[in-house]
Amino acid sequence: MLLTGIAFYIFAAVLVAAAVMVISAKNPVHSVLYLIVCFFNAAGLFVLMGAEFVAMILVIVYVGAVAVLFLFVVMMLDINFQELRQGFLQYLPIGGLIGLVLAIELLLIVGTWVIAPETSAVAAAPSPAIDAVTNTEALGRIMYTQYVYAFQASGLILLVAMIGAIVLTLRSREGVRKQSITQQVQRKREEVLAVRKVPTRGGV
Amino acid sequence: MSNPLLIEYLPIIIFLAIAVGIASAMLIASLLVAKQNPDSEKLSAYECGFEPFADARSKFDVRFYLVAILFIIFDLEVAFLFPWAVALGDIGMFGFWSMMIFLGILTIGFIYEWKKGALEWE
Amino acid sequence: MGEIWTTYGFPGVIIVAQILAVTVPLLIAVAYMVYAERKVLAMMQLRQGPNLVGPWGLLQSFADALKMIGKEMIIPAGANRVVFIFAPVLTMVLALVAWAVIPFDLGWVIADINVGILYLFAISSLGVYGIIMAGWASNSKYAFLGSLRSAAQMVSYEVSIGLVIITVLLCVGSLNLTDIIVAQSGAGGFWGWFFVPLFPMFVIFFISALAETNRAPFDLPEGESELVGGFHTEYSGMTFGLFFLGEYANMILMSAMTTVLFLGGWLPPLEMAPFTWIPGPVWFVLKIAFCLFVFIWVRATLPRYRYDQLMRLGWKVFLPFSLIWVVLTAGVLVAFGWLPD
Repeated sequence: MLLTGIAFYIFAAVLVAAAVMVISAKNPVHSVLYLIVCFFNAAGLFVLMGAEFVAMILVIVYVGAVAVLFLFVVMMLDINFQELRQGFLQYLPIGGLIGLVLAIELLLIVGTWVIAPETSAVAAAPSPAIDAVTNTEALGRIMYTQYVYAFQASGLILLVAMIGAIVLTLRSREGVRKQSITQQVQRKREEVLAVRKVPTRGGV
Repeated sequence: MSNPLLIEYLPIIIFLAIAVGIASAMLIASLLVAKQNPDSEKLSAYECGFEPFADARSKFDVRFYLVAILFIIFDLEVAFLFPWAVALGDIGMFGFWSMMIFLGILTIGFIYEWKKGALEWE
Repeated sequence: MGEIWTTYGFPGVIIVAQILAVTVPLLIAVAYMVYAERKVLAMMQLRQGPNLVGPWGLLQSFADALKMIGKEMIIPAGANRVVFIFAPVLTMVLALVAWAVIPFDLGWVIADINVGILYLFAISSLGVYGIIMAGWASNSKYAFLGSLRSAAQMVSYEVSIGLVIITVLLCVGSLNLTDIIVAQSGAGGFWGWFFVPLFPMFVIFFISALAETNRAPFDLPEGESELVGGFHTEYSGMTFGLFFLGEYANMILMSAMTTVLFLGGWLPPLEMAPFTWIPGPVWFVLKIAFCLFVFIWVRATLPRYRYDQLMRLGWKVFLPFSLIWVVLTAGVLVAFGWLPD
């Protein structure tokens, strides 16, 4: 138990420290790198809770995919962040006020949170003990049957994201030569090749 | 350390520490052995023999961004497939068709991006 | 004090010994992989290859390593020093830690976690960071463009790797690597290995592994004719050495993954007398060596892909094909009731 305790405090402390660095780092690329450290420590915390599948998916999806996109965006923006920070102090009072209001609202929401008694009946039956079935399988048993609507809705959200990304970013450049495989394959000898007898001194 | 699940993860942490140790030992050994003799020409970025005109970190094609976003979407799709593949024996026909509908929705998106030419690289 | 030693100290020493028993041979294997590549390429091109350092040039890699350590480590003036140094370390560390879950024989595994294949998938999806960070930190145009290309290339092929892994998992019903190998032992010979029923997926996985490790014919990040050295243009001495070691360690790792997923891991090709005498780990290493030979063979044979062809192959050929194969495999397994457990 001792090691789990030590591991928990290390993961938690690094997580919080890295989260602070995400918002305080001068360079936005460094912020993203600190964010990745955060994800890793969160994955460690998930493993400590026994949720190994969630931990691995956190690393695969958030670190392996989402943070790559963040890095691309941050590297692509090419904004001088030093200049952006110039007005930081000027906006601090109003920004702080908004932050305070949001914090109070969040506290109010959490404080008055009541779970309706009916929900326990709707929720899936508790999964078997952790050593009886791996948590990947426990998830798989309920996600596609019990929670089928939520699952299909996530599919639709992904579809919207896909279409949205294409609509926003895709533009075709003029005057670019592309390879058309079908055209290449369909080229016939008769269409492109002509054998001619060239008369001497006549030319073609 | 009573939980058998966690005991299996302990070697990974130790392995991580040893791997970091090996990699940094190589770097430090090199720093100690090799003679460091930097000068301004040696330290300038490689640019085919002339001075760089501008900062190397410039704007780049938005297509890389599109590839990254499409990758996230398909990666999530794969993430959804993992528990399904493991539990397919338990969830039977309903689970199978539920995933088929999910994949069907994403295939619509895939056909859309194919037709739009988002997968083409010029 | 004595109690602490028996609960924490002694198991800790065993774990460290196990880890060193994997890492040290692995690093030696990397050295000989470099030697083997040069020798095999030389034979395929009717040359001699390294033959001066030691008998048949066997010590060539160690001479190279010593030279690499003795070289000056140049950190460019415009570079971001911390990230610049961290990128090669990360590449090397990732190539090493993945071996924690690889089973060499029944029970011969350092960390027998339930989600072994997900762990490997996660590690391989992190490989892209070493490259992006190197390219960004170098502050050089060639390195930056090279790293962008290579990042886009790696993520494109990772999707098909994921889908291929799903087809194998459908036949196994577990994410544990030992279970995956044990599931291939049913037929008592090599026809039980997954490369037989899933042959197209085996081919796709191997080609994607080539792209994932930035090997020929997908070695565009290092396309010297257009991008000089790609993302490691600015690296020298041991920082370059770590990238180099990491790349070869990754090749060995990808071969090990191919062996685990499709070639039956430690299982002998036939359950008969002369084959079963040879212990499992030897079979495992032999299969890895065969995959590595194919890596080199491909490099000697095929010309480099063009970038648009590479993206086309990943997104328009491999992705739809492996997706269809996932549906097909699942459909067949469900229809005939062949699903595991």
